[in-house]
Amino acid sequence: MSDAWYYARRYPLGVAGAIILIVFVLTALLANVVAPFDPLTTNARASLAPPSGTYWIGADMMGRDMLSRMIHGARISLAVALGATCIGSGLGAMLGLASGYLGGWFDLIVQRIAEIMQSLPLLVMALVITASLGPSLTNTIIAIAIPLIPNVARVIRANVLSLRELNYVEAARAVGMGQARIALRHVFPNTLAPLIVLATAQLGSTILTEASLSFLGLGVPEPYPSWGRMLSESAAEYIRSAPWLVIFPGLAISLVVFGANLFGDALRDILDPRQGD
Amino acid sequence: MAPVLEVSGLTTVFHTRTGVVRAVQDVSFSVEAGETLAIVGESGCGKTMTALSLMRLIPMPPGEITAGTVKVAGTDLLTLDEASMRKMRGSQIAMIFQEPMTALNPLFTVGRQIAEMVSLHENVSRRVANDRAVEMLQHVRIPAPERRAREYPHQMSGGMRQRAMIAMALACKPKVLIADEPTTALDVTIQAQVLDLIDDLRKELGTAVVLITHDLGVVAETADRMIVMYAGRKVEEGTTKDLFADPCHPYLQGLLASVPRLGASGSQRLREIPGVVPSLSDLPKGCAFADRCSSAIGKCLEAIPPLEQKRPGHSAACWVT
Repeated sequence: MSDAWYYARRYPLGVAGAIILIVFVLTALLANVVAPFDPLTTNARASLAPPSGTYWIGADMMGRDMLSRMIHGARISLAVALGATCIGSGLGAMLGLASGYLGGWFDLIVQRIAEIMQSLPLLVMALVITASLGPSLTNTIIAIAIPLIPNVARVIRANVLSLRELNYVEAARAVGMGQARIALRHVFPNTLAPLIVLATAQLGSTILTEASLSFLGLGVPEPYPSWGRMLSESAAEYIRSAPWLVIFPGLAISLVVFGANLFGDALRDILDPRQGD
Repeated sequence: MAPVLEVSGLTTVFHTRTGVVRAVQDVSFSVEAGETLAIVGESGCGKTMTALSLMRLIPMPPGEITAGTVKVAGTDLLTLDEASMRKMRGSQIAMIFQEPMTALNPLFTVGRQIAEMVSLHENVSRRVANDRAVEMLQHVRIPAPERRAREYPHQMSGGMRQRAMIAMALACKPKVLIADEPTTALDVTIQAQVLDLIDDLRKELGTAVVLITHDLGVVAETADRMIVMYAGRKVEEGTTKDLFADPCHPYLQGLLASVPRLGASGSQRLREIPGVVPSLSDLPKGCAFADRCSSAIGKCLEAIPPLEQKRPGHSAACWVT
């Protein structure tokens, strides 16, 4: 506990990031309790209502309360962002570790597949995958996670290639450690720093990819709200007449990405013992 | 007393695009318990490759140990499968490396790394392993071992890290310790301390030490016997005293002549050995040293000289002497 307090004082920005993330996650979890209106109920009279005492941040063209839609949208957006980032980074890291550490034909095959995947734009890949799996939350997460894998795998592989030449890897072999143990316990922890930076950077892009997929009708289906779709649907049409439809979802996405970056930076420093004392 | 480490006919090659590199050729030696054997020679003569071959840490491919036996207490390491070999490393035969700054994982405390190594080889609880780590740190004369065990490698100096490495290597009381240039990266004052430490631990634990170095001063101080390597072959072997007093091979004569001496007149230049070590992928037909040798005769270019006993306990591979 005293450790937590020590780190909190040492990394105030990291604490700010953590608080932002916690607030968003709690909002998403308690959406049914905190949302003032039902996010799906339409009200023709409130169509495009500006922010007011009733609709704190306005209402959309169907007269649905924006705040309630944002709160419920947090569930989908965060589930997609965290889910896709974790799955993509996790699988990518394991593949990169195996590829870099084992080398040889395994490395060759994995890297060629990664290159083929990288030659396709992320959105196109995600489109193909959702189109074949069908639109749903799980499929959206999978579709966004898979294109992330090659990026992560390549960064981690490059890192592992330099790490495995270090003396402590040879020293570990010289005291009788097995290859799997060295790779998982001694090489992998040393790749966490780039992995965290990469994962936090990807968090934002996953939310935006989900927005694009939803806009094309392949993301999480209507009428369930997600930040990305709220943003992409209204951006072109209402940016002048009802800017609150664009500003608030955009603000929420930026805040989550910002919070994740602050938290990720602090986490990377905390996990590196050389940054201590 | 039976030797604890017996190497005979060890031959290691590397298959490269430009041909076969003969890194170690037909090297034999033995070390008894509690004895220090030095392997000397200049860079690229096969010292480290010999050491890595003993540990079976040669990257394969492209490396390959093509012949020979390496017996530790009677077990031939070269015939073991990988799993059994892993059990031997650390518990029977251990190695410390040249570069202590990067030989420890920066993310774990020193004590934890030693404890991990102990629990790898011995079925003991975490507590016991941790206690052993502290005990070993104390053994290698690190002050305040309990506190140091909880520190990370970056909090220690180079000499301290090398001692921690020695502690790790000796934690399971191996019969053989291979020290590959253990002091090259350290300050001169720390060098002496680390060498003394290895020497004391050898006496205390009865470990056989194979000391690899290019520093003849280190050899004179610590080794009982020495072998001289040149271009992957053993060219001379004997007791340290004998070899320093009366070297047989022109290569060792040259090496000794290139060491500065106290009392030599100031204007006198150090003698150097002209030329460079021949490429191991393109060795000459005869003696590999013939090109650089001032006393070479016709026969030296024709055939490789066999290792012959020149005096009791002192053998050399040279046609001339």
